[in-house]
Amino acid sequence: MSDIRFTEEHEWIRLDGDVGTVGITDYAQEQLGDIVFVELPEQGKTVKQGDEIAVVESVKAASEIYAPVTGEVTDTNGALEEAPETVNAEAEDGGWFFRMRVTDPGELSTLMDSDAYKSYIAELD
Amino acid sequence: MMRQGRPTRPGDEAALPTDDFETFSGNRGLQHEEPLIFEQDADGRTGVDLPEPRADLSDRLGAFKRRGPIGLPGLSEPQVMRHFVRLSQMNYAIDAGLYPLGSCTMKHNPRLNEKMARLPGFADIHPLQPQASVQGALELISEVGRWLCALTAMPTVAMSPKAGAHGELCGLMAVRAALDARGETRSRVLAPESAHGTNPATAAMCGFTVDPIPADTRGRVDMAQLKEKLGPDIAAIMVTNPNTCGLFETDILEMADAIHAAGGYFYCDGANFNALVGRVRPGDLGIDAMHINLHKTFSTPHGGGGPGAGPVVFSEALAPFAPLPLVQKNQGGDFCLVEQPEETSDTPFGRMTAFHGQMGMFVRAYAYMLSHGADGLRQVAEDAVLSANYVQASLEQDMSASYPGPCMHECLFDDRFLKDTGVSTLDFAKAMIDEGYHPMTMYFPLVVHGALLIEPTETESRDALDQFIAVLQSLARDAKAGNSARFTGAPYLTPRGRLDETKAARKPVLRWQQPAPAEAAE
Repeated sequence: MSDIRFTEEHEWIRLDGDVGTVGITDYAQEQLGDIVFVELPEQGKTVKQGDEIAVVESVKAASEIYAPVTGEVTDTNGALEEAPETVNAEAEDGGWFFRMRVTDPGELSTLMDSDAYKSYIAELD
Repeated sequence: MMRQGRPTRPGDEAALPTDDFETFSGNRGLQHEEPLIFEQDADGRTGVDLPEPRADLSDRLGAFKRRGPIGLPGLSEPQVMRHFVRLSQMNYAIDAGLYPLGSCTMKHNPRLNEKMARLPGFADIHPLQPQASVQGALELISEVGRWLCALTAMPTVAMSPKAGAHGELCGLMAVRAALDARGETRSRVLAPESAHGTNPATAAMCGFTVDPIPADTRGRVDMAQLKEKLGPDIAAIMVTNPNTCGLFETDILEMADAIHAAGGYFYCDGANFNALVGRVRPGDLGIDAMHINLHKTFSTPHGGGGPGAGPVVFSEALAPFAPLPLVQKNQGGDFCLVEQPEETSDTPFGRMTAFHGQMGMFVRAYAYMLSHGADGLRQVAEDAVLSANYVQASLEQDMSASYPGPCMHECLFDDRFLKDTGVSTLDFAKAMIDEGYHPMTMYFPLVVHGALLIEPTETESRDALDQFIAVLQSLARDAKAGNSARFTGAPYLTPRGRLDETKAARKPVLRWQQPAPAEAAE
């Protein structure tokens, strides 16, 4: 679990080789409330760090998901289309959104590690 | 002693029914348990009695011949009447009580408006009938436009847009046309984070990308951030004033200068014009286009009670691009519609609608304008602002106002006062339903946490406001006292209790589904 990184927009990315798995954090799902819809990106889509890449809709609001780093989408979690509640139940695990091939691993150093993210959200409350 | 007549007081045994008291009928007094209209269907029942066709016409219908049942329920006229009256009794309306929905301006709809709108000369006309036969109606459209121009200090108005968001679209299409005429391609529109959701949606629909500007700590547009984002690719800025925090954008003149200096246009969302009407003229603030929700500021029914109407006023810079039709008075004194681009020396960008706009709303708005007069409209704004400040000041001890007063026509609270009570903004709003009130706008604007946005409007009496305030105070104190059960399961007293909004969103059932036929008896 060492290679998980967090954005200020509450996405997480876990790196395995050059493939990163991306989702929203447990804090994010809790703020959003019951999630009712997830719009996933198309496979093969290339994105730059910070690009809008997916949409998550809860009973409270619709929010954009931003690409945590630059890369190409290689896989999406299609199960979320039928069962968006998985994001509420397992935000940082089974509720992942998509996988991407990371083109510039150096960008990961611009993101927060677990401890930094913990103190970041502590300040938000 | 005479004991045979009608008893005139409760018997000795009378007592309040227990909590689980249930009626035999399922109705609760005048609150009827009403099935869906489809569930009342009976084969062969109908409210009309049509004669049999005299000849066999079945071969004359061609493709229109019915191939199977059309699935409409069969009911008698009294059944239909009762069905809709009973549904209406379950409804909440401005005619039934205070409706504090922020940014919606749910004010009383004067009966005089309704009377005028039913005059046959306005109600029974058709947009395609000869213009000579509807001179009064055309003059009325022209007069409403003249009032709107005078109230906003703008030279031109497009009357046809049908609602606020339609007006925004009209405004940005004029911006697009003006940029085209300048031979410029500008791709971005700035909108504050506190903007109505329709603002970014409108900009996106017009093909612009939207760049949000954060609010500063005072709940206003962050001017430093705004200026940083300005540049040669900015087409326009869309600002609501007063904004959705109920605050006047105090830097609006500076904002107008900055956007104009950068070559862009200033769109103002007029949803909250009720706070300004008769007091502030948007044209004096440097605004280039603004829609006016006649259904808010000018009291025409909305929110299920009637259609919207969103005329758009334009500055000199955008006026040449205003859409058709326009109503003009010709030299002979007759009113006529300018419907074709050739009939004008301007360069209209096109049309927003097939016809001229919401005639019924124009009549109501005009009745409102004339019955109030200029001084009355000014008092509307003053009283609307006074009401909101009265509510904010009265609740300051019990609820947490997001920004220190004074506010404009609506006051914003957040959920800090509910911290650690186990009660959320949603629960609080639901408990208001049990108290007989429509909840305020909640979770909007997004710039504060768990927002509760209250717009009482000027048409509530001091007594009505005091009752409303007392209810909110009691609820807030009860939540803090730990009585969360009152809230978390609310509403308890409605025909249906708390609905599962999550399930409704995840697995929506949008049409009535015929129940599976009962299994045949053995």
